[in-house]
This record gives sequence, structure tokens and C-alpha cells, in this order.
Amino acid sequence: MASIEVRKDTCVGCGACVPACPYGVISMEDGLAIISDECYLCGACESSCSFGAIIIRQDKSEKVDISEYSGIMVLAEQRDRVVDHSTLELLGEARRLADSCGQEVLAALLTSDCGDWPARLVEHGADRVLVTSAAELTHFRTEPFTQIVSRMIEEMRPAVVLAAATTTGRDLMPRIAKNLNTGLTADCTELVIDGESGNLMQTRPAFGGNIMATIVCADTRPQMATVRPRVMKALEPDPARAGEVVEFPAAHGELDSRTEILEFLPLEEGEVDITESDIIVSGGRGVKDSTNFALLEELAGLLDASVGASRASVDAGWIPYPHQVGQTGKTVNPKTYIACGISGAIQHRVGMQSSDRIIAINKDETAPIFEFCHEGFIGDLFEILPLVIKEIKKRRS
Amino acid sequence: MRIAVAVKQVPDTAEVRIDPERGTLIREGVPSILNPFDEYALEEAFRWRDELGGTVVVITMGPPWAESVLREAVAMGADEALLISDRAFAGADTWATSHTLAAAVTKLGDVDLVITGKQAIDGDTAQTGPSIAASLDWPQITFVGKVRSIEDGHILAERYVEGGIEVVRSSLPAVVTILKDANTPRLPSLRGKMKARKLEIPTWGIDDLGLDPAETGLDGSPTRVVTISTPETSSDGEMHRGTPEELAAALADLLLGEEGS
Repeated sequence: MASIEVRKDTCVGCGACVPACPYGVISMEDGLAIISDECYLCGACESSCSFGAIIIRQDKSEKVDISEYSGIMVLAEQRDRVVDHSTLELLGEARRLADSCGQEVLAALLTSDCGDWPARLVEHGADRVLVTSAAELTHFRTEPFTQIVSRMIEEMRPAVVLAAATTTGRDLMPRIAKNLNTGLTADCTELVIDGESGNLMQTRPAFGGNIMATIVCADTRPQMATVRPRVMKALEPDPARAGEVVEFPAAHGELDSRTEILEFLPLEEGEVDITESDIIVSGGRGVKDSTNFALLEELAGLLDASVGASRASVDAGWIPYPHQVGQTGKTVNPKTYIACGISGAIQHRVGMQSSDRIIAINKDETAPIFEFCHEGFIGDLFEILPLVIKEIKKRRS
Repeated sequence: MRIAVAVKQVPDTAEVRIDPERGTLIREGVPSILNPFDEYALEEAFRWRDELGGTVVVITMGPPWAESVLREAVAMGADEALLISDRAFAGADTWATSHTLAAAVTKLGDVDLVITGKQAIDGDTAQTGPSIAASLDWPQITFVGKVRSIEDGHILAERYVEGGIEVVRSSLPAVVTILKDANTPRLPSLRGKMKARKLEIPTWGIDDLGLDPAETGLDGSPTRVVTISTPETSSDGEMHRGTPEELAAALADLLLGEEGS
């Protein structure tokens, strides 16, 4: 069974592990860390030790021959016959990873109407595109996609499988990983292949964005990860790129499903999915009341942006929950995020910190948001925003 | 109708601090709470039990002291509670956690529906719900913003996805993961609190579930955290000061920069 050990020759008795332990089961005795039997092996102390004195050992009896697996597979996501931009980003990232270790990039497209997308996936970095076509694959459904992709993985044996951390990817990937008895890391923002071990180093925010955790899946394959949209960069399409398109027909029973989609209700005019916006104008406690959100809406209207909010303004009832950005709301990565009267607490930050450009307006010079924004405006949003609106209208006229 | 709700005890991530010198998390003294998303999962279970009759059993896997979140759920309205705890479950990732929770649901035997919160606020993976469904080989509906009906052995729910809402019907038994949009969680009642104080909560360990240590806890976990670091802060942002007019002009420059005006 797994165990934890403090190496007596290495532990210097600094005590850093004591406050790191969430369960309070570490004490210092005679200059040595002592871990009680109540330890829950969470690993917090192991990573808090600068001296490598705390070792957690896994007891792995069965080993998978990981050398049989090669290649990076990307699961393409299609909505309304169009492949989502997140797929192209994954292909760019997969290409970069594959080139770093001399492997190939596979793309899997499950569709009822592939159009010219297989060729376009090649242009964006795929070496081989596996296409499963069936009328039942018009919309994503958990079970058929799980069955078909699982069989693709078993036959192709890729070392890595990537999907976007969308509602589709986050529904499908855990199901496949569980069935294939392999590891899955959620919502990664950085991927690197370790040259020595060939392991995929998967980095993601955890603990409400307080930390970045790097996770490996060392003993099983494939190494599966969902990747946060808009973080990785798509390649410029190259029509000269060569690639192969392979039909991968669904087998008997694979299209069966115990769930059915009865209808799809698209967002109404005026309703926006803030995760899809290029620009977000977001308001926090400093906006003070619901009527003041009209100011943010007016600016958003001019910029073709959507309106976001911090938890404080949603909890106050100034704006509904679908607009909430942050740990208990949505994670967004727009090109520009304009934070108005938002202090920038960690729970908000984790939902918007990967935005390309963060502009902050706040009266309080010491607000945490000024520590990580790209452009900080120290001033009263009620003075600045009306003037900006006026200025934009004037310059455009 | 028997509904099982899988909940998690999590550190209140709002209270977690960073040791500025060592760059490590200080978790000492950080309160442990019921994962906020799980309150919505519980409320959804209570709503349908109140309407259709039946029972709600709340389950958690964790150290012995995770029992406190079970009592909290009972105070809110759960009928039964079950603690899944064993040294052999320590250090589990989402694969091993869901594998163990699914074994508990199987042993319970007559569960029609498993509900979980969308995700837990410590790991933020949103993987345990769908993985439980995979382990049980049950259908799943994830990211549910509204449950419309439960009748005739089926559940009809709205899945909030990019660009709209999918109305999905699934046969029961099934696993559903719940968003905060779904409801407003009730507060603990006085009667519930009294029940929570007295209720005997059974603990099931690895032998009760008939699992092999190789498929639970750290040994059964395909993934491992290898390093933890603090996020980089880009403190080199440009700061703008001046009169509101100057600031507005500078901001307009930034926002319209790409329009070339």
C-alpha cells in the first residue's frame, strides 16, 4: 500500500511542512518532521518541502507497457457543422508537442457532415484525421462518442489525448479515462513533454487559483488532458501541409444511447455566453448598484462586448449569475477584459487571469487587481466611463 | 425514489494563504467546508424527494473528520448519511475516488439517481461525476442548470452548454451534475439540526466495498501531482494616473487601438 516517509538524513527540521498540512497531522520532534498515521496522503507537505525530505510512495503492481503508445490525438469538437476554434488551438499545441518528441498528430472527428473540415484539420497541424460519419453524430452525445473514441484510442494507441475543456470535453473525457483505466487532468493551461521520461507535464490552476499544480500520469497510457480554450495558439493554416484522412466507421451498437437531445435552445438575442466574447466589460462591488450596470452595458454595446461581473455584484443581485466570472462562476479568456470596480481577489482572478489584456479601473490604488493587470487606471469609474463612452462616440463619428 | 448525493469536504479556498517566502500554501487553520456546489446538488435532491417521495442519502469519501459535512447535509434535509473512509482510500485522484464512490452506490443497491455538484472548489476538475457514471455504466447529464421532470423512469434536464441550452432526456438510473443556476439551497432546519446531532453515520471501508487496494487511494490513482508552484504575477503592468479626462482619453486609445482611429 502507498506510504509516506520523512527521510531522516535529509529533513533539516525547518518546519515548512507543518502549516502546509491541511489536516494538522505533522509535528516537529527533535528537529525532525513526524507525520502521524492520520495522514491522508494529499501530498501538500511533499510539495512544501524544499529539501525533498518527504517521499510518498505509490505501490504499483501492474505495469502497462507505455512504449507501445505514440502520437498526440486531438478530439475535434463540431457545433453547427463548424469545428470549434478550440480544436484548432489544440492542434497547434499538439503539433508543438509532437515535434518536440518526433511523433505524429492525430485528429478525431465524429460528425454527421464533415464538409471540408478533414482537410482543414490537416492544414492546422494534423498528420492523420480519423473521421467517423453517422447521422446520429450531429450533436455531441456522451455514450456514442465515448464508445467510438475509446475504440479509436485502443486501436491507434496514442501517448496523449487532448480535448478542449468545454462542456463537451469535460463530459466526455472522464468517461473515456475511467473506461480505459488511465489518468485525466482537467483544464490544463500548460503542457510540456519531459524529454527524459516522455511523460506529459500537465499544469493547471488549483485551489481556487492559489497554486499551479503540475500533474503526470506516469504508469498508464494514454495521458489524457482537457485544455482551457483560448490559452493555446492555433497555427496559421498551411494548404501545403500533407496529411491523410482515414475513415473510421462506427461499429454495431456504438451509436446507441440512453440519453437523447430533445431540443437545443440557442441563446436569445441580447443573451450572451460571456465565455465566447472577445471583449468583456466586467463590474464589481465598486459599481454600487444594478442601475449603474447600464453604464457598463453602454460601453459593452459600443465595443461589441459582453458584460461580466464579480461574485460580489451577483450576490448583491445587481446582475444575474450567468454573468459571473471567477471560481464559482465562469472562466473566461477574452482578448480584452475590462475590470471596473473589481478588487481582484483570487477567486475572481482565477476566472479571468488568462485574458490576453486586462484593463483595470479602480479608485483604490492598493487593490490587488493592479498587481496583475496589464493596464491600470487609478480613478473613479463613474467619472471615467461616461467620458470614455463620449470619447469613443466622438472619435467614431 | 432513492437519490444519492455525493459531496466533498473542501478547504475554504478563500481562506488559503501563501507563504510569501517559501511560495507554499498555508492550510493550517483554514476552515473545512461543504463544497459550495454540493449545496445545490443536495437541494435538487430534496426538491424531487419532496415532490415524488423517497429518500436522499448523502455520501462522502474522506478522512474520518469529513463526517461533519455529512451532518451538515442531514441538517439541511438528507435522510441518511454514509461515510466512505479507509486508509486505503487516502491520496485518491478522480479515477480512484469515483471508482470507490461507485462501489458504494452499487452496494447501496437501490439508487435511482446520483447527483453531484458541478465540481469541487479545491480541485475544480468536474471529473468525479462523469467518472462515477462511467464506473456504474449509467448514462449521465452534466452541467445541469435545471431539472424539468423526473417521471416514468426518465429524467428531463437542461444542460447549459456553450451557445445555449440542450434539453436532454435520460433513462434512470443516471448521474447528474448540477450548476448553481438550478435552485436556491435551503438553510438547515431546527429539526434537521437535531437529527444531524443524533444520527448514527455508518462508515464503509475497503473490505465493506470489496475493493482491491490496487484500485483505490494513491495506488489506484493514475495521476499524481509532481510539483506545485505559485502563479506568476505580472507586476509590470502600466499604471495610468491623471484627470478623468486624461484617463478617459488614454483608455479610449487602448480600446480603439485596433480600429486605427
